[in-house]
Amino acid sequence: YSTSNLSKCFMEWKPSRVGERFFNKGKAVSENVRVRFATYESLWQQTKEEIEALQDNLNKKMFGSLLSFIKNSHSDLQSKSKSWSYQMRCSEIPTAALVLGVNVPDHEMTFQKLSDLLQESLTPYVVCLQGKDFTAVKQVLQTVLVHLIGRRVYDDEDEEDVFSVDFSQKKIFCSMASLCGWYRAETQKPTFSSPGKKRKSSSPQYEQSPPVVIIFKDLESFLPKVLQDFLVICSNYIQQLPLILIFGIATSSVALHRMLPQSVSSLLCIELFQSLSCTEHLAAVIDKLILTTKFPFKLSGKVLRVLTSIFLYHDFSVRNFIKGFQLSLLEHFYSQPLSLLCCALNEANARVQDLTHDDCELIRQVPSFMRYVESQDPEKQVELLTKDHYLKDTVRKLLNDLHVYHENYLPVLKCLHILTTSLPKYPLGKQIRDLHSTCLEKEVWETEDYSSAFQLFGMMAKDELVSLLTRCLDVLKSSEQDNLEDSVQKLEELLTRFQNLDKEATTTQKSLQRKTNLYQLQKAETMLILAVQRCTFFHLFLIIVYFCFFCRDYLLPPETQPLHEVTYFSAASTLRRHLNAAPRNALQTALNNPYYYLQNEILKSETGTIPNTAPDICIVYKLHLECGRLINLYDWLQAFAMVVNAAEGNDPDTQVGKPVDKILHARFIRAVSELEFLGFVKPTKRKTDHVARLTWGGC
Amino acid sequence: MLGPLEVRFVGDEDVMGHVVEKQQGLQPWCRDVVQTLGSVRIKPEPAECDQESAESVNERGYLLGLGAADADQPCDGMLRAGGDLFTFQSMRRRNTVAKLGSVLVCTPGGGQVTSQPQKSPPGHDQPYKTENRTRGKKQCFESTAPYQLRTRLKEAADLSEDSESQYSSSDDGHSHTADTKSQPSTATPHRKSTRNPNLVEEYFEAHSSGKVLTSDLTLQKLKTPRLDQVVLRELLGESCSPFTTELERLQRRSNSLFHKWMLQLQLEFSVLLYGLGSKREVLETFRRQMLAQRIHLVVNGYFPSLSIKAILSSITEEVLEHEEPFRNSTEQLNFIRRRFKEDPSLELYLLIHNIDGGLLRGLRSQQVLSELSSLPGLHLLASIDHINAPLMWDQTSCSLYNWLWFEATSFQSYAEETSYENSLLVRQSGVRALSALTHVLRSLTPNARGIFKLLAQSELENKDNSSYPGLSFHEFYQQCRERFLVNSDLTLRAQLTEFRDHRLLRSKRGAAGVEYLTIPVDETTLTDFLAMEEAET
Repeated sequence: YSTSNLSKCFMEWKPSRVGERFFNKGKAVSENVRVRFATYESLWQQTKEEIEALQDNLNKKMFGSLLSFIKNSHSDLQSKSKSWSYQMRCSEIPTAALVLGVNVPDHEMTFQKLSDLLQESLTPYVVCLQGKDFTAVKQVLQTVLVHLIGRRVYDDEDEEDVFSVDFSQKKIFCSMASLCGWYRAETQKPTFSSPGKKRKSSSPQYEQSPPVVIIFKDLESFLPKVLQDFLVICSNYIQQLPLILIFGIATSSVALHRMLPQSVSSLLCIELFQSLSCTEHLAAVIDKLILTTKFPFKLSGKVLRVLTSIFLYHDFSVRNFIKGFQLSLLEHFYSQPLSLLCCALNEANARVQDLTHDDCELIRQVPSFMRYVESQDPEKQVELLTKDHYLKDTVRKLLNDLHVYHENYLPVLKCLHILTTSLPKYPLGKQIRDLHSTCLEKEVWETEDYSSAFQLFGMMAKDELVSLLTRCLDVLKSSEQDNLEDSVQKLEELLTRFQNLDKEATTTQKSLQRKTNLYQLQKAETMLILAVQRCTFFHLFLIIVYFCFFCRDYLLPPETQPLHEVTYFSAASTLRRHLNAAPRNALQTALNNPYYYLQNEILKSETGTIPNTAPDICIVYKLHLECGRLINLYDWLQAFAMVVNAAEGNDPDTQVGKPVDKILHARFIRAVSELEFLGFVKPTKRKTDHVARLTWGGC
Repeated sequence: MLGPLEVRFVGDEDVMGHVVEKQQGLQPWCRDVVQTLGSVRIKPEPAECDQESAESVNERGYLLGLGAADADQPCDGMLRAGGDLFTFQSMRRRNTVAKLGSVLVCTPGGGQVTSQPQKSPPGHDQPYKTENRTRGKKQCFESTAPYQLRTRLKEAADLSEDSESQYSSSDDGHSHTADTKSQPSTATPHRKSTRNPNLVEEYFEAHSSGKVLTSDLTLQKLKTPRLDQVVLRELLGESCSPFTTELERLQRRSNSLFHKWMLQLQLEFSVLLYGLGSKREVLETFRRQMLAQRIHLVVNGYFPSLSIKAILSSITEEVLEHEEPFRNSTEQLNFIRRRFKEDPSLELYLLIHNIDGGLLRGLRSQQVLSELSSLPGLHLLASIDHINAPLMWDQTSCSLYNWLWFEATSFQSYAEETSYENSLLVRQSGVRALSALTHVLRSLTPNARGIFKLLAQSELENKDNSSYPGLSFHEFYQQCRERFLVNSDLTLRAQLTEFRDHRLLRSKRGAAGVEYLTIPVDETTLTDFLAMEEAET
């Protein structure tokens, strides 16, 4: 057999920029495919930029306070004041502890941003350390030195080869003392304003003695011993070197104290910074990517649910969510030829003009469009199905309708969300994404939750309801939709009347007060209160009913819109299979029920049984399921031989006495070693010729 | 209106009802876990689904989300409820394999055989049919079968009576739904309530007792207890799978995805294949069709002596053409990273057969690989087979890999992958061991060879003595001195280190602190080796 472990390595060049060729399953690149791929790229680019801007925005606050912390802590040191508090703190290393949440992969971006920001504004001396790289203090020191000194070397001698970094590090003795010496030389050197080098002139001006920032990206994965030693060493040099440490913490600040004994943690002056929680982060991302009309591309309810469930139940990683979004974008443009039209409205109108006859045929085959055609008059139907230019006009109109639908949908969704989040138990979901996916999946007013929500409105205090409705009105007004204007006016009218009820009541009450007869007064007042109540209920009812109709008009699920296939990606199962696969499940299905994959009639069977004609490995697997912890190979072989002999039509009676056929024996060996390879059994020494099962029960 | 206070007796059940309701809200997961552990083997009834999901809104959302599947995907392994596959079963009694085998054989029709009789409800007539058949044939069996098998076949006659207790799988309570006729209706709820603790108990019962109930038969009973690799290959070459068309269909389906994979690789995703059957062929075809014009590297992860260092070296040496050695793999990795960052036009396709292979499983290897795969110009395509393979990756490495999972069930046999495995059933032919032995010894001094020969001879002399602990160091030293092979005990130790490094020597401390030396090579190889040495001198 081939014993080559690294068998082939071809050395042929073909640098070619991608994509398009593979977009159309290998066929020649058509115009449609080219445009689709270009649209995908531009949309993805746009998404990435949006997200980056968003993340900058979200982190701004934390970074701002962090930067000012860093600035202040070293200005303290600089002032060299002899005050008591300074004396107290001078041996402490200023430390920022960033609590970032459990989604470790996301931290990478945050730290990248942070170190960029620091280098831009405060100090050129920033080192990032990753816990798993270090097993001893020496390595930590070495990395810090290489990063700091090596970086400068690289900067100073721009033209020189990168390897100078490696060489320069060998020359210096790795210790904190040499770092201090280097730092002193570096800060006193007046190179900062030397005009000769391009890089220097563009670099920002730092203060006289910029601090040295060391970032521990993942505090929990550092070895406690290493960290403690490093901190003790650092604290001895803090007078000479303005060190600042930043700890990235995934769990909670307790982790810090668990890792460091009091003797070490007393050397630190820790300030805690809390980053945005990942759910808030996700909400912001969804708001930016999905609840917006800016992106022509939309996710269907199921897809959104898959993505959010992966987030909530598996990883809490916004990065993975974005990856899922990217994949759905890619899948949509890859598999849906009509995605050609999935772009901004005016662009789409232009593209409709350029549609070929084949493309038109594709549009005619889209289910939602077929439904639309069926709903038209017969003569129009004929025109739609035969004349391309008429079809194009209609498509343009439909796309416009779809756009208007989206523009109306969002403000109404937000209103409904405002109303329902104030209800107890959140009948329609706490987050707007829940409401959104419900609305996408079905007609929301048909659901039980919806009716219970509107029942709860009836029980709400008036003031509360009024304030909510005013907020809704604000949202609706700010959306500046012409179509919504009428409804807004109507709602406003209702609301003012509702509010005025109170005033009316008070004025009448005032007029009542003139009456002197106590009995009359009481009677009139009761009447009045009843009337007002009745009136309030009536108005309340009116408003709610009106709002109901409002929702019905605008929160239709997208499936009702013709040509929704153009913008909505709905293959949720594909997405789930690629992102959140269950490999073991697939394996067990193949072993338990080979018919599922092989689709051969002789394999067909009722659940739980397996025909004896199945592939060897299935039979062997099935037999092994019946065993306990250990399996006797001889018995296993005999059983296997019996089953297979029966399958081959040999009479079991004649077979029993005979020795096992060699080929059968070989097949058995193969199947068993395959099971071993898959991890179901392993050889054991506990008993001769036995194997141990590695799974429990029927799996 | 406040009436007079009403006092009512509240039974324990009512109180429990309140308590349970509270708890339901608090710990939906606890309940849930138990339920999934003992869930149904048959597809859960819709009504049951509703009830379950009502308990926790979150869970329902999850199921809706994850269960969101189009019915038009015929080969989606995950559509099946998890309970279909992952259930508990009770311990089997001894010899069940043989019993089961006989059941499988004797069931009429040649086709549909139950291997798990618990599937059919007790009222079903199938087990009884089986029983009758077995009884009918019992006499014939007795005349020919070996004694052990015969007794077991006798027992098999009682199989169906036993089957209820013996095969009582955890999910009995569920499978007896509407179609059960003979099952008393009261039994179901009773079982349901007691089932869950039983499961756990059963597990520990099965795993705690030191005694193993299996028969004492060994493979020595066979004419050819062990086949060696070459014979095995020849024999297997003769038999072929009856499902060639279906296998081809599966393969075609994988092949149709090639363009998609290529696109996704280019967009910085990594492709991971899973599913039963060797995926070598698929990846090979992919390599031939798509990568012929591109730089690529194929790594056989199942190879037993593969190291991450070798992979890195072949990237630096053969792809980046950098000959200088590196001090450690971190440096090497940094070098690769730098090269890829500097030159965006650099592209490398890395194909790894079995990224879960024995020597790639380690944390460090996976870290390095994941770092590699995150490089912009490096595209990774890999396959996994082991059932626990996904446990290798933590969140960080997962996100570095950026996997897209593809099911590539092929039902191909793992011929290449398992050929390295030291299976129990395969006799090591020793060809490789012998050549290794001679190679090592050739490079040594004559004295060292003499030392090894001495040890080998004493090993062979004592081959029949099963309690032979090995040659004690002192005795060995004496023998060596007598033949002028060594002059001090230090030189002997130096020589032995050499053998130990090549795994030709194993030393063991005896009871009195005496060191015993043995050669971990089987007798035949040793005999061959000595014969060869004789012939040469």
